[in-house]
Amino acid sequence: MADCNETLRELDTFLDGELADETRAAIQSHLGGCMDCLQAFDFHAELRQVISAKCQNDEMPPGLLSKIEMCFGEDFDGDGRVG
Amino acid sequence: MVPVMADQRDFAQQAMQYAPQLYSAAVRMTRSKADAEDLVQETYLRAYRGYSNFTEGTNLRAWLFRILTNTFINSYRAKQRRVQETELDDVEDLYLYKRISGIDVASRSAEDTLFELFTDDEVKAALEALPESFRMPVLLADVEDFSYKEIAEMLDIPIGTVMSRLHRGRKAMQKALIDFATERGLLERTPEPDPH
Repeated sequence: MADCNETLRELDTFLDGELADETRAAIQSHLGGCMDCLQAFDFHAELRQVISAKCQNDEMPPGLLSKIEMCFGEDFDGDGRVG
Repeated sequence: MVPVMADQRDFAQQAMQYAPQLYSAAVRMTRSKADAEDLVQETYLRAYRGYSNFTEGTNLRAWLFRILTNTFINSYRAKQRRVQETELDDVEDLYLYKRISGIDVASRSAEDTLFELFTDDEVKAALEALPESFRMPVLLADVEDFSYKEIAEMLDIPIGTVMSRLHRGRKAMQKALIDFATERGLLERTPEPDPH
């Protein structure tokens, strides 16, 4: 069973899914009984989702797929013509 | 089973679906829409030429991101104005969390999520403000969801370096988000005195 300090120290690696099973289980068991740590973990999990969603919604320039197609001479976007 | 060599003819069906993801990542890397467009084109050209080296059944998305990352590091970084790669200011752990918890309950309703608290532009700016050596790991981990091992291979740095740069880069990004919230008056300029 991990304490609060040990648990918070593993926050990043836990959320990254990179902890060994044994440590992961110890952290999970602590989170099951500690509201303070659970809140901190939930907050950072939510933050991760927000960052991911808001950083990959750029609209592609309209001509980009066509430009790529023209490099290869293939109809990538399936509109029946190259480019 | 013998690995099947990938055929260039399959390239369109397999690889083009990742263009929007690659484009967004390219904008974060280059911080320029024009450079991002060039970078994505260059990436697809290299991928198309090297597609016979791709082993079917392995992760095509990771393969494309590796080409994107390599192309950026080798071609575009050199063209960009050299950004001073100074060390990041040290930010205390759980900085954003502690400050957000301090937001007045009245001004943050129960439905108010982090998603609504920050605009898209603010989150993008906070990531793009990071020096490149921190921005790349944060982008590849938090936005693109690659593993430490994949990121270490893409950036050619040890896993321990990936972890320490992620840790410090994330804290600096959270500091930038707090600065945006403070500018918009969502947060007090100085932390509230602890009532206890």
